[in-house]
Amino acid sequence: MKQPYILLVPALLFLGLASGCETMSHRQVTDARSAVELRSFQTRAFDTTDSLKTLRSVIATLQDLSFVIDEADATLGSVSATKLDGYEMRFTVTVRPRGQSQLLVRTNAQLGLKAIEDPQLYQAFFASLEKSMFLAAHAID
Amino acid sequence: MRTSISLGYLIVFTIGLGGCATAPTLDASELTVDTLERRQLQTRRFDGISENQILAASAGVLQDLGFNLDESETKLGIIVASKQRTAREPTQIATSILLRLFLGIDTEVDDRQRIRVALVSRPAGETDTESFQVRVTFQRVVWKTNGDVSRTEAIDEPELYQQFFEQLSKSVFLEAQQI
Repeated sequence: MKQPYILLVPALLFLGLASGCETMSHRQVTDARSAVELRSFQTRAFDTTDSLKTLRSVIATLQDLSFVIDEADATLGSVSATKLDGYEMRFTVTVRPRGQSQLLVRTNAQLGLKAIEDPQLYQAFFASLEKSMFLAAHAID
Repeated sequence: MRTSISLGYLIVFTIGLGGCATAPTLDASELTVDTLERRQLQTRRFDGISENQILAASAGVLQDLGFNLDESETKLGIIVASKQRTAREPTQIATSILLRLFLGIDTEVDDRQRIRVALVSRPAGETDTESFQVRVTFQRVVWKTNGDVSRTEAIDEPELYQQFFEQLSKSVFLEAQQI
């Protein structure tokens, strides 16, 4: 008689814990941290206006990091690529003008079913890109 | 009795928390010691040719190898292609059959794979418009017979890249001769 209750308590505890980290699936469309915070670590400015050359450097950097390009659009200034290494990581990088003398490079990444919101990954990517561009990456405000 | 109950709680708690944790793959965007080696393996330089010619020759080689083109953006020197093939390996199938016969264990074997390739050309120098570096990268996803993903990996075998570039050299020659 006592047995079912002993099982019920951990089962309820499990449900409670599971629901704590799960959002309703349709909310995933708009899931995000504050846009300002995200943009600050996903974006860098470079002192160049040559977007084609910048895109080519982005592509070369992605290849250096073992990504395989999925698609690229020179007009829109975007590149997407996937890395497979026991996991599936997808990167999208966009390049667009900022003022008269700079380009903004923005990256967003997902790992499996999750967006990556850890600044470390983006910092390392921009450090790799700087080497390929021979230009410093400026943090934006 | 008491210890087994608290152990139960502990396990439930660990599973519950584990669901929220992220995987430790944050070093995925860092250059490693073998970056340069891999770059050399995957890259060849072609001289005396336009970018459109090298891309056309490359598309020809990918078709020779049975790839279907998925995407291309010539302004950025990119061709993306893929193919689906069987991933069945005789030794794996034999092992599976033996396990079922002698131990009664059902095991899933690799069934099919999707191989993707991205080929990127890039001007080799600042001013020279007739020298290009071509870099090619392959990766694949392998599925088991029950539909589960078995492996997701980059393909790094040196022989594959050597063969590919041998064929590309021939294709560049044919392209130049308009064959």
